[in-house]
Amino acid sequence: MSIDPQRTPNTLPILEFKSSSTLFVPILILYSNDLHNVEQSLYEKINQAPDFFRNSPLVFDVQELNKRAQDLDITVLASLLRRIGLFPIGIRGGSEQQNKQAEELFIAIDAIRSSDSSSVPAETPKPAVIIPDASPTSAAVKPTAIPLPAAIPTTIISHPIRSGQRIYAKGDLIILSQVSAGAEIMAEGNIHVYNTLRGRALAGVQGNKDARIFCFDLQAELISIAGDYKTSEDLDKSLRKKPVQIYLQDRALIIKDIA
Amino acid sequence: MARIIVVTSGKGGVGKTTTSAAIAMGLAKKGHKTAVIDFDVGLRNLDLIMGCERRVVYDFINVINGEASLNQALIRDKNCNLLYILPASQTRDKDALSQEGVGRVLEELSKDFEYIVCDSPAGIEKGANLALYYADDAFIVTNPEISSVRDSDRMLGILSSKSRRAEVNEDPIKEYLLVTRYDSSRVKSGEMLSLEDIQEILSLELLGIIPESKSVLTASNQGTPVILDEKSEAGQAYADVVARYLGEKKPHRFIDGKKGFLRKFFGGRS
Ligand SMILES: Nc1ncnc2c1ncn2[C@@H]1O[C@H](COP(=O)(O)OP(=O)(O)OP(=O)(O)O)[C@@H](O)[C@H]1O
Ligand SMILES: [Mg+2]
Repeated sequence: MSIDPQRTPNTLPILEFKSSSTLFVPILILYSNDLHNVEQSLYEKINQAPDFFRNSPLVFDVQELNKRAQDLDITVLASLLRRIGLFPIGIRGGSEQQNKQAEELFIAIDAIRSSDSSSVPAETPKPAVIIPDASPTSAAVKPTAIPLPAAIPTTIISHPIRSGQRIYAKGDLIILSQVSAGAEIMAEGNIHVYNTLRGRALAGVQGNKDARIFCFDLQAELISIAGDYKTSEDLDKSLRKKPVQIYLQDRALIIKDIA
Repeated sequence: MARIIVVTSGKGGVGKTTTSAAIAMGLAKKGHKTAVIDFDVGLRNLDLIMGCERRVVYDFINVINGEASLNQALIRDKNCNLLYILPASQTRDKDALSQEGVGRVLEELSKDFEYIVCDSPAGIEKGANLALYYADDAFIVTNPEISSVRDSDRMLGILSSKSRRAEVNEDPIKEYLLVTRYDSSRVKSGEMLSLEDIQEILSLELLGIIPESKSVLTASNQGTPVILDEKSEAGQAYADVVARYLGEKKPHRFIDGKKGFLRKFFGGRS
């Protein structure tokens, strides 16, 4: 889950959360070694979704810091995380020294590879991959324009998503069956649920503010677009059993009847 | 090849063991050679409801560990000679069960039986996961209350992702919903969820409704599955469930509590 990167005045994010496909733990990506700022940002994030983060295990990633030769004391970081109620269980992209520190704290080293974060979990049916007009590029023809990004396939699921299940789609996510309370569906693109949505739905999880959620019957526990969210308490019951769309306008979530 | 049925729920005390005993007996009474296995290691229970607790010599774990043969451990039912019980151990814990061991025992049973009923323990841990792992069919036992329905939903998710059929990409486990301990007066007063509510939340077809009935306790005290009490509503309801499972068309009854009453409901005839 990615709640949009917090921005400092110079627009550099201090940290960011991503999800992992192999382990259902959030990954904390650190962009700043100023632990005071880190703590501040973490508090802000956690206050946005306290249930999600309470006692959550977590893997932290210090790769970006090390790229920029910003050192960070893992022991200090770990105690900071624990103090605010998170359980660091893994480190990623650490230096030799940092990994050694982690080991002493029983924190697993590189338990999740970078390529694992935000890929489609194994239990999700493979989306039908549409190959966009694959004309073989011969060596003689040099591409002149910037190549278009490959189309990200849409994930289509026709079975119910039950309590305790989590789905992550890199592109759009279409669900033809119901999403139960206690289930969580996430997509980097749009989410369509052609049935009752009772669980949590998070669209644009990598920060795409244009992502939308469409559903037939909104009874969700939480809806979120690019990190802005509403919980069931804030949902207008009068929209129940009506097809709605949810989108972001000036950082506010708009829920609209589309009938 | 036997058909393997798991009776599961997530939540405890909803009527899994009562159901396992009843449907195993029902299938055997209909002429199908059936074995019923107690997966609730450490909390032996099924043998009491089947009334064979004093004949237990070896158990499921002994067979898994090779300390006894299947024939030594299987207990033939006192009321029906096509029904056999494989009891759980009271002295071991769930760690004694292994996926490989369970698989071996089920495979051996499959050669000789038509149906194998697995009575799952509560929870979503090892014992419950092993009970459902090899299943072909699942009976989801739910009481008309939200916590039970939620747990059933959770169980349905596990059935569709952590079973052998899911892992090897075969057809999914067939799921059947059984609402037990259904008390029509408490449903009417709003204390309990209605059948519509349950079905809407789970979006599963209803195989049967077992009413709350004193005869269940009486039957388990006597050590005879309630399905043998043909006068009781719970017994009749379980008989209907077995018949429907085997493909017979039977309207649902015991929905609004009046005796001998049939009502048009979910395709039923009035
Ligand atoms: N239809 C019914 N009417 C009345 N009482 C019932 C009914 N079904 C089950 N019970 C009672 O509920 C209790 C729990 O039943 P049972 O042992 O079958 O549940 P279980 O799901 O196997 O429990 P556990 O999770 O502990 O294994 C027992 O006391 C039983 O007699
Ligand atoms: Mg039981």
